[in-house]
Amino acid sequence: MENQITKKPINKDMMISFTLLALLFVVLVILELVLPRTSILFTVLKKGAIYALVAVSMNLLNGFTGLFSLGQAGFMLLGAYTYAIFTIPVAARSQVYQYFNGGLIQFTLPVFVAMILAGLIAAGFAFLIGLPVLKLKSDYLAIATLGFAEIMRALFQWDKIGVITNGSNLLRKYPVFKTTIFYFAVSGICIAIIVLLINSTYGRAFKAIRDDEVAAEAMGINLAHHKRLSFVISSFFAGISGALLAMFQTTIQASQFKSAMTYEILLIVVIGGIGSVTGSCISSFLFIACSEWWLRFLDNANLNITSLQILRPGFRKVVFSVVIMMIVLFYQKGIMGDKEFNLGGLIKFFKTLPSQHKLPAHLKLAKTKEGK
Amino acid sequence: MSENVLKMQNITMQFGGVVAINNLSLDVNKGEIVSLIGPNGAGKTTAFNVVTGVYAPTNGAVYFNGTEIVENYPYGKMKKLYAGSDNGKFTKRIEPTPDKITKLGIARTFQNIRLWKSQSVFNNVLIAKHLRRSSNVFSATFRLNAKEEKIQREETAHLLNILGLYDFRDELCTSLPYGIQRRLEIARALATEPTLLLLDEPAAGMNPQETNDLTSFINKIRSDFRLTVFMIEHHMDLVMDISDRIYVLNFGALIASGTPAEVQSNPAVISAYLGEDKNA
Repeated sequence: MENQITKKPINKDMMISFTLLALLFVVLVILELVLPRTSILFTVLKKGAIYALVAVSMNLLNGFTGLFSLGQAGFMLLGAYTYAIFTIPVAARSQVYQYFNGGLIQFTLPVFVAMILAGLIAAGFAFLIGLPVLKLKSDYLAIATLGFAEIMRALFQWDKIGVITNGSNLLRKYPVFKTTIFYFAVSGICIAIIVLLINSTYGRAFKAIRDDEVAAEAMGINLAHHKRLSFVISSFFAGISGALLAMFQTTIQASQFKSAMTYEILLIVVIGGIGSVTGSCISSFLFIACSEWWLRFLDNANLNITSLQILRPGFRKVVFSVVIMMIVLFYQKGIMGDKEFNLGGLIKFFKTLPSQHKLPAHLKLAKTKEGK
Repeated sequence: MSENVLKMQNITMQFGGVVAINNLSLDVNKGEIVSLIGPNGAGKTTAFNVVTGVYAPTNGAVYFNGTEIVENYPYGKMKKLYAGSDNGKFTKRIEPTPDKITKLGIARTFQNIRLWKSQSVFNNVLIAKHLRRSSNVFSATFRLNAKEEKIQREETAHLLNILGLYDFRDELCTSLPYGIQRRLEIARALATEPTLLLLDEPAAGMNPQETNDLTSFINKIRSDFRLTVFMIEHHMDLVMDISDRIYVLNFGALIASGTPAEVQSNPAVISAYLGEDKNA
């Protein structure tokens, strides 16, 4: 009855979620013990976890604060480079920076410090470019942030600062984690923090800004401050996911952080549902699995299913694009819309599936109301 | 009773060559209900936007409880174009953003309802409490402000209760009837703990029954929350019924002011509303 007022921090739903998460980790541990390390499943899971984090961080900005920003790849690049630059062992620096006399930085930070620093540097840049850029609205903000990401990519390949960034050469030999659990743990903690933020008083203020900026300002919400806050926090977590990506790939190069990468993340957010954290997580795993794993067989030219020989390297991308188009056409609000995944809702959905799932949404609502 | 809450001094608001408000001076005293009326396009909402910091006036100043909150003078391109009087009287530029003015204790509603559409009734009011927080983003994220959050939720429930909105608390605000949405907008403004409430056409689009309810509602909140009310309204029944004093605007200029009876019999007001009688 009075659930909104005396909302307890730990209720039944949360207990179920925690149990599910614990189960997930147990399953992961067992999988790692059973399957070989090189299994494609782990690649998908690791990359999926990384993309889930960056997609949720983008969702915080695009879905919850209503700022259409396309700078995510740029912030990931900052995070990835920060992590790599500060963790390459001193002994290996002369090899990595072979064209730059071993580079400028001759010390190494602990892994976790470097990861947090990766987030902080991305957040710092976000703060600086946020000052002018966040005054822009909708499409213009997208263009400005996209431009920022492209500038970052070009800047990091510049020879003149090669003593730090190694120019357009690879950064490698930094410490990496091989276990899938590590990626899930870091990404999970970060997403949990974002969820806590979204459900706090600040998260509600963000949603108010998304819904109606004028009303939000008139009700005393400082627009500039809150937009910048959202931008900086989103970039912080994009930076951390960049560091994770660097670990996952074991080598990093600025040229891979193209705008296409931002579009991939945007696609994940849109498919998952703008304004749904669980939607972003689910769709990121689906997206990565589709692009890396499930459609791989289409590239296999030796399969010879038909005499037409349409199966050739690259064909999976054609099918993948069609799949994406189908999803966008038929699931315009994404998998989850702006709802969050919860077990009770899922059970209810399957129970009512045969009888009324084809009813329009408003009719369904009316029915449940009568039920009360 | 004559303690001044809001004072607008020589406000001129000019958009390029169009003078939306010309040299408007008015004051609102503590505990009063003051109405601002006038035909369409007279500049009433613009006056509200100047007070709440949405527009910086071209010339003039606004005082709230004796302290200056807005002041501006014609400069830049406006200096050449300026068509109002009293040029050179004001010398400072104070242009606060709307959120700062709300924090001082002036809350407003909108002519076309501007609720946060994806949020429930409860959240709409709760979000308006955000500006009275003492937590920062870290303490809020990690739930170190649980006490404050609880107090805010209780206050919100209390507010909804006394305004008769508690039964709708879990509903999406867009699913409510129009009159309730208007009332919710007032509730949301009250949640910011104002001393001066600006109502922009609270009875717009309401039927006579709803208008009647609104009259008693405004009277009730004025006494319950010790408010001063400054409102724009077109429903003359409501205005004449409720107002202590009335200001009449026409084409941006003040043409009359006084008690409802005085304004009703003022020939300038009658001609502004009904047009001039050429045979007279």
